[in-house]
Amino acid sequence: MSTQHSKAAKEFLKNPNYAKWHDATFWAVRTKRDNMAQGLEEWEQLREKASAIKRHTITHLDEYLNQFATNAEKNGAIVHWAKDAHEFNEIVYGILKNHDVKKMVKSKSMLTEECEMNPYLEARGIEVVETDLGERIIQLKGQKPSHIVMPAIHLNHDDVGELFEEKGISTEKGNHDPTYLTYRARLSLRNEFLTADAGMTGANFGIAKTGDIVVCTNEGNADMSTSCPKLHIAAIGLEKVIPDYDCLAVFQRMLCRAGTGQPTTTYTSHFRKARPTAHHMHIILVDNGRSEWIGNPDHWEVLKCIRCGSCMNTCPVYRRSGGYSYSYFIPGPVGINLGMLRDTQAHSGNVSACTLCLSCQTVCPVKIDLGDQIYKWRQQLDDFGTANPQKKLMCAGMNMLFGSPTMYKMATAVSPLANIIPSFIMNMKLNPWAEGHEMMKFPKKPFHEMIKDYEQ
Amino acid sequence: MKVGLFIPCYVDAVYPEVGVATYKLLRHLGIDVTYPEKQTCCGQPMANAGFEKQAIPLAEKFEEKFKAFDYVVAPSVSCTAFIRMNYPRLLGGKTPQHTGEGHICETAKKCMDVVEFLHDVVQVRQMLGTFPHKVSLHNSCHGVRELGLSSPSEQHVEKFNKIKDLLQLVDGINVVEPERPDECCGFGGMFSVEETAVSAQMGKDKVERHIATGAEYVTGPDCSCLMHMAGVASKQGLNIQFKHVVEILAAGL
Repeated sequence: MSTQHSKAAKEFLKNPNYAKWHDATFWAVRTKRDNMAQGLEEWEQLREKASAIKRHTITHLDEYLNQFATNAEKNGAIVHWAKDAHEFNEIVYGILKNHDVKKMVKSKSMLTEECEMNPYLEARGIEVVETDLGERIIQLKGQKPSHIVMPAIHLNHDDVGELFEEKGISTEKGNHDPTYLTYRARLSLRNEFLTADAGMTGANFGIAKTGDIVVCTNEGNADMSTSCPKLHIAAIGLEKVIPDYDCLAVFQRMLCRAGTGQPTTTYTSHFRKARPTAHHMHIILVDNGRSEWIGNPDHWEVLKCIRCGSCMNTCPVYRRSGGYSYSYFIPGPVGINLGMLRDTQAHSGNVSACTLCLSCQTVCPVKIDLGDQIYKWRQQLDDFGTANPQKKLMCAGMNMLFGSPTMYKMATAVSPLANIIPSFIMNMKLNPWAEGHEMMKFPKKPFHEMIKDYEQ
Repeated sequence: MKVGLFIPCYVDAVYPEVGVATYKLLRHLGIDVTYPEKQTCCGQPMANAGFEKQAIPLAEKFEEKFKAFDYVVAPSVSCTAFIRMNYPRLLGGKTPQHTGEGHICETAKKCMDVVEFLHDVVQVRQMLGTFPHKVSLHNSCHGVRELGLSSPSEQHVEKFNKIKDLLQLVDGINVVEPERPDECCGFGGMFSVEETAVSAQMGKDKVERHIATGAEYVTGPDCSCLMHMAGVASKQGLNIQFKHVVEILAAGL
């Protein structure tokens, strides 16, 4: 009955100290988030409001996208529309080629990860340098993000220290002090900012009323990426557009509190147009499936996601299996749902990586029914042809047993037999329950027999 | 007030003493409770595994068996939550031949977990059983986040816990809660046999936190969580005992 996720999770848990550290690290973030939520009297009202704003915007997205594009153009930005990942990559490459760009610095963007932009550009001779420290670390290591907000959280300071030595970023061998490593990363990145020909940012929000791109960072790397090079390209998913500053105020209060347990990000930067001596700013609005997902009655609300990562931090399965155990590049509850919207055949294995504890949807700042949606995906696996045949058989068996009270009575009448089968035999029969559990003791009589004595 | 007792399949087969305790407790409180014969399963195991359609015939039987009662009471939060959340939709598309009209599910809203029934409907104030032990409270996910038996730790709401309120009516008891009081224990039905490693790890972590409170017993409103944790504890050689809330409420009655 194993899936790609369950196999990867098993491997992950083979290192108990590391697994324990991973779980504790994310639980600590969840706890910081709880402290922030408890600190705001209106937290639950904010969640309700944030959800309502997103529901409204997504169901009127055509109007807001037009408004956003019109205002961005009025500001002097050049607006592009990309229908899919390929078109997005082509547009980016076209702009960079026009400006003869050899090197581009980039602040964090999961959208470019989704579109696999870096390898596309690198194959065409353009160097792309990640400037968010976590993203830079995994780029140097040749890895993918294991979490959407804390992409290198799976590595510790020794891993980073050794990596920096190998890449010549740090000079004092064996010095893995985080402050020292950050200082060396800063020096190295400073040089990249100064020598890059273009800077790319993602976008946390697009403001329809003003045409602003809003980027939230803790490191100021979006600001460095846009104020050193002369060319700024911003990549934004269609669903990131919101009506106005009043709406932004709601999300700005929640994003960082929910995501990392800080009252706000260090920087909340608004980009409206290029600075006087620079080239025009480019904004690329990316669809890549989103306009189709809006039409999905069971799953469209996933588009409300503001990518805070709190559903991952709270997910007991994510914390005990790690970001790499999921087949989609976004892990955890929202990643399970986004993966299924992207490709049901490739990502069906993730939907069983959930106990339906519903902590994700209780924590979600925009109230996406993440767990309920996972339940709904499960109901469709049989139609997709990706249901587990063993599981299907088990369920058909249960249905036969429970559907007939006579059969059920017979089965429960013989259950005491299980008591005389020693548990080691159960273990040897590759009973998956017995992998983690001792078998339960069955009683001499089921309740429906026992009750007869009491009723008299 | 007529109460129908629903004893879910695995409680019937594995934990009949929990059914007995529920029955005795309700009788003790003077409630007119009956156990309709030929009950089996609510359909939750198949539905959570992705075969919700197979739950429809079971839902129809359940509805037929229990619709005449004022309340349907079960010692299981996950079965109760499944019925309440899903039966109206599962039965909604059905058109009974005799009326030709769309079916309105009657039992879903009448179905209650025994804890919420005692707390909210009966509003028990009198002292119940005697249980002079330290007990660690297990807040089952569907009790917390679907039935609202306690305030979810994720939300900024006033703190409450209906299970704890009821346990205070037991003589001699000392109720404590583990660290991470409403984190999932890792059962999740089919999850426990499909994601064996994560399920066992979650179970171990949970049992260790219960043990760290110094309690002799773990108690909760759902036998499936208790069954999972007991199986993990026994496999890992962790020493603590498990009892359903009703067994403690009815202890010595």
